[in-house]
Amino acid sequence: MITGTILRISGPVIIARGMKGSKMYDVVKVGEEALRGEIIRLEGEEAVIQVYEDTTGLLVGEPVVNTEQPLSVELGPGLLASIYDGVQRPLPVLKEKSGDFIARGIYAPGLDREKKWEFVPGLRKGDTVVPGDIIGTVAEYHFEHRILVPHGVSGTVTDIRSGSFTVEETVCTIDGKTNLSMMQYWPVRIPRPIKRKLDPVLPLITGQRVFDCIFPVTKGGTAMIPGGFGTGKTVSEQTLAKWSDTQIVVYIGCGERGNEMTDVLAEFPELIDPRTKLPLIERTILIANTSNMPVAAREASIYTGITIAEYFRDMGYDVALMADSTSRWGEALREVSGRLEEMPGEEGYPAYLATRLSAFYERAGRVICVGTAERSGSVTVVGAVSPPGGDFSEPITQNTLRVVGTFWALDTNLAYRRHFPSVNWIKSYSLYLDFIGDWYVKNVSRDWRELREKAMYLLQKEVELQEIVQLVGPDALPESEKAILDVTRMIREDFLQQSAYSDTDSFCPVEKQYQMLKVIMEFYESVNTAMSRGVSLRQIQALPLRAGIGRMKDEQDIDAIRKMSVDIAQQIAALEVEK
Amino acid sequence: MKQASLVTREYRTVDYVSGPLIFVENVRGASYGEMVKIRLRSGEERTGQVLDISEEHAVVQVFEGTRGIDTHETTVRFLGEPARINVSLDMLGRVFTGVGKARDGRPDIIPEAVLDIAGMPINPSARDKPADFIQTGMSAIDGLDTLVRGQKLPIFSGAGLPASKLAAQIARQAKVLGEGEQFAVVFVAMGITHKEASFFQRDFERTGALDRVVFFMNLADDPTVERLAAPRCGLAVAEFLAFTHDLHVLVILTDMINYAEALREISTAREEVPGRRGYPGYMYTDLSTIYERAGRLKGKKGSITQIPILTMPDDDITHPVPDLTGYITEGQIVLSRDLFRRGADPPVDALPCLSRLMNLGIGPGKTREDHRGVADQLYASYAYGRDLRRLVAIVGEEALTELDKKYLKFADRFEKEFITQGDEDRSIERTFAIAWDLFSLLPVDELKRIKREHIAKYHPAHARPAGE
Repeated sequence: MITGTILRISGPVIIARGMKGSKMYDVVKVGEEALRGEIIRLEGEEAVIQVYEDTTGLLVGEPVVNTEQPLSVELGPGLLASIYDGVQRPLPVLKEKSGDFIARGIYAPGLDREKKWEFVPGLRKGDTVVPGDIIGTVAEYHFEHRILVPHGVSGTVTDIRSGSFTVEETVCTIDGKTNLSMMQYWPVRIPRPIKRKLDPVLPLITGQRVFDCIFPVTKGGTAMIPGGFGTGKTVSEQTLAKWSDTQIVVYIGCGERGNEMTDVLAEFPELIDPRTKLPLIERTILIANTSNMPVAAREASIYTGITIAEYFRDMGYDVALMADSTSRWGEALREVSGRLEEMPGEEGYPAYLATRLSAFYERAGRVICVGTAERSGSVTVVGAVSPPGGDFSEPITQNTLRVVGTFWALDTNLAYRRHFPSVNWIKSYSLYLDFIGDWYVKNVSRDWRELREKAMYLLQKEVELQEIVQLVGPDALPESEKAILDVTRMIREDFLQQSAYSDTDSFCPVEKQYQMLKVIMEFYESVNTAMSRGVSLRQIQALPLRAGIGRMKDEQDIDAIRKMSVDIAQQIAALEVEK
Repeated sequence: MKQASLVTREYRTVDYVSGPLIFVENVRGASYGEMVKIRLRSGEERTGQVLDISEEHAVVQVFEGTRGIDTHETTVRFLGEPARINVSLDMLGRVFTGVGKARDGRPDIIPEAVLDIAGMPINPSARDKPADFIQTGMSAIDGLDTLVRGQKLPIFSGAGLPASKLAAQIARQAKVLGEGEQFAVVFVAMGITHKEASFFQRDFERTGALDRVVFFMNLADDPTVERLAAPRCGLAVAEFLAFTHDLHVLVILTDMINYAEALREISTAREEVPGRRGYPGYMYTDLSTIYERAGRLKGKKGSITQIPILTMPDDDITHPVPDLTGYITEGQIVLSRDLFRRGADPPVDALPCLSRLMNLGIGPGKTREDHRGVADQLYASYAYGRDLRRLVAIVGEEALTELDKKYLKFADRFEKEFITQGDEDRSIERTFAIAWDLFSLLPVDELKRIKREHIAKYHPAHARPAGE
C-alpha cells in the first residue's frame, strides 16, 4: 500500500510526498478523516491530488493512502430513482449519517448492500458467455434491469441461481471459478466499450415543437443549450428530462442550484410518463452536485453520470443524459488547473478544455452493444452551457459548438418577452435533419421537411422586414409582406411558444406538432391565393380566425386541428373582392 | 477540527507581507482554513485565516489589514480551529462587526452555540421545496416575479438608484398571508457608507422592527478582508435562527459588489491567475457558498430567504459579478436608470426581472388561479409596447395602427400605475385589480396568455357586477 504525507494544501488541491508507484487518476484517501481524492499529476515522488471534499482543517504531514483504484462507479440494481453526489455517494444515506448538512469524510456505497432483488436467470448451465451477454434480469420498479457479464469475463456457465439476492451475492459462476454478482464496477473516465456506432437516424421525441419539428436531435445525438441567466436552460433541460422518449434519463445537476434539484426531486415522483404511464422518477437517476458542494466532485460528476448512462445503454436501452451545466464543470476544471499553476489558455481555462469536452460528448451515440446478441442502445447528451454575460464567443460555448449536432441558442430578448422556450430560430441549427428525414416520412408525413423549410424561410424573411419597419414604419410595406408578418407572428406565438407549465401543452405529440404547423402554413397559402385574387389583407384580418389558431395549443383532439385547415381555407376562399 | 498539539503554536517568522496577506515560515502542523491571532509590535491583536499551507510557509489573510505588521517582531499564533462565531437568540436587536464582535458598545453575547462561519453545504435531498408566497406589497414583485420563502432573489441596482429603499420596504412589508409572524432580519453591510447603513438602521427603528434585526456592519472604512467574513457570519446566524429556533429569516446582503472587490483584492495579492476583469476564476464557487445558504429543510419550520443587493458597475448586467450572481440566484429584480428618470418608484425594469421559483408560490390557494396568465400577459404586452416606443421615436405615433397605439398606452400606464406605488403596501388582490384594469385597454382577443375562463371571470368587461 502506498502511503505518503501531505506537503501542501491549497483549496481543493493538495500535494503529497512519498507517493512513489502511484498511477495517474488513482483514488486516494487523504488525512485522518480519509477524504476521497484523485491523483491528477505526478512529479517524481510527489502526487498532486484533487480532493472531493472540503479540505478545511487538513494538516501538513497527515497521511495520504493510495487505494490504487481509479475512480469508479457501482453499477447494478438500485440505481433507478437514486440521487447521488458527483462521486456516487447516495445523498439520502448521507443525510441519515450526517443530518441536513453534508459533513466531511462520510462514505456510503452507491448501491444498497442490504436490499434483496429478485433475480431471474436468462441462461442455463452449459451456456457459453462473452462480455456484455445478459445472464438474467431483475425487475426494478417496472423496468427490466438486465444483468450483464462484466468486461474481461467469458466462458461456460457452471452454475446459475434464481431467487432473492443482494447485489454482492453470487448469482452466476463461470468456468467454476469466476463468481458473478449483480453489481459491477467501471472507472468513470474510460468509456464503456461498444461493438460499433450506428448512424443517428431516429429522432429523440421530446414533445417540444421547437425541438422536434424545427431543430431536432436524434437518439444518440448531442445537443447544447447555451443561454444567459434567466433564458430557461434549466427549464428546458428539465422539460427534456420529463418528456424525452427514452427508457432512462440521467440528470446531472452540475454546479447548479440546490432548490432546482429539490424541485426535480419533488416533482418527478408525481409526474407520469405519457408513454408508459409510470412515475417519471422510476426511470430517472439524479446526480446532484450543487454549486456550493466541492468543485473536484463537480468535475467528476459528469463522468459519473455518463458512465451510468452507458451502462443502461449496454443493456440495449435508449438513455438521455442532461448535464446542467457544463460551464460549471469547465469552471471546476479551471479552478483546479489554476491551483496547479498550469499555463492558462483562453480566459484562464486550461489548454486541454477542448479535448476534455469533445471526449465527453463523443461518449454519446447510438451503438451496437457488446455481447453475442445484436442489441442497439443509445446515449443522447444534452449539455446546458452558461456563457458569462450571455456572450457566445467564450471558450466553453465555442468548443462545445464544434462537437455537437444540435445547437439550441437561447435568447435573452425572447426570454424578456416571455417567449419560451426562448430558442432563437435564426441562430439555432440541427445537423440531423437529413438523417431523420426517412423517419418523418414514415411516421409523420411526407411534407414535414417542406413545411419546416417554408416556416424557416418566412421567419428569416421576417427579420429583414422588421429592419425595414424599424426604418420606415409598417405602413410602407406592401400587402404581401404585411401578410408575412402576420403569419410569422402566428408561427412565433401559436407554434414556437410552448409553456412548460401548461397542463395541456407541456407535452405536444409529434402528430399534433405537424398539424399545427400545417394549419399555419396553409393559412399562409390561402392568404396568398386570396390576395392574388384581389382580396385585401384587412378583409382577412377581419375574419375570426386568429383566436382559433391561437387556441390550437390547448386543443387535445388532433382531428379538430386537421379540420381547422379546411375550415380556414374555405372561409378565406369565400371572401369576395371589395370593389 | 483536530488539534495538532496542545502546545500553543506561536511563530515569529513572518517573512513576507503583501497587501492583506502575510507569509509565515517554517510553520508545523497548521491546518488549512484555521484561524490565527497576530500580535503586532504595538501589542495590538488582529485575526487572520490560513489560505495556503506547505512545509515552507503558511499564507495568512489578515482581516483587519496588514498596516503596522513587520517581519521582525510580529508574532503569529495558530488557533487550530476554523473561523467561528458565537451565536444566540439574543443577537436579535444587536450590532456586530463583520467578524461578529459586538459593535454597539454592549457586552458580548452569551453563546448558545459556536458555529463554523463557512457552514456546510445543505444536502440537496434534505431540502424542502420552497412553496410559501411572500407578499412583499410591491406589485412589481408580487405580481410579476413572486418571491417565495426560501428563495434567493437579488436586487440589481445601479449607482444612485434606490435599491436600499426597495430592500427596506420589502423587509418592512414582507409577510406570508395567513400567518401573523414576521420575518427576523439578518442585515449584512459590506463596505457600504455610514449614510446607507444608518438609513437602514433608522428605517428599522422607525417601523419598530429593530428588535428583530441582527446587524453585521462592515462599513466602507472598515478593513476590506472583513467583508469576506461578514456574509458568512450573517448566514451562520441566519441558519441558527432558522433551523434551531424555527424563525423565518430574511437575509439582506449589501453590497455584493464590495464583497467581490475584496475577493479580487485577496486573489491579486496571492498572485493567482485572474479570470474575467481580474476577478478570480473561482468567484462563481465562492459566491455560491454564500447564496446557496438559503432555503428550507424538510421537517424544519424555519427558512432562510435572501435578498442580496448588488450595484452593477456602469449599469452593466453582463459585468462578472451580476452575471455570476444571476447564474446562482433564483432570479433577479433589476432597477433601471431610465425608469428612475421618468419617475417610476420603485424603478423596477420588469423585462429583465425574473423569479425562478414563482410557480411554486402562486396559483389557486396561494395567490389566485389567474396569476400565471396575468403575469405572462403583462410581460408580453409590456414588451411589445416598449418595442413600439422605439418605433415611434423613428416614424412617429401617427404611423402606428390603432392596435399598436393601444399597446403604447398600455406600456405607459403599466409603468405609471402598476410598477409605481411609492410607499403603498399593496395587497395581492389590489395588484391583480390594477393588472386587469390595464388589460381592459387591449382587445380581448389579444389576451392570449390568459385562459378563457379567467378572462370571463376577471375581465372588467365581464366581471363587473351589474349596476356598477
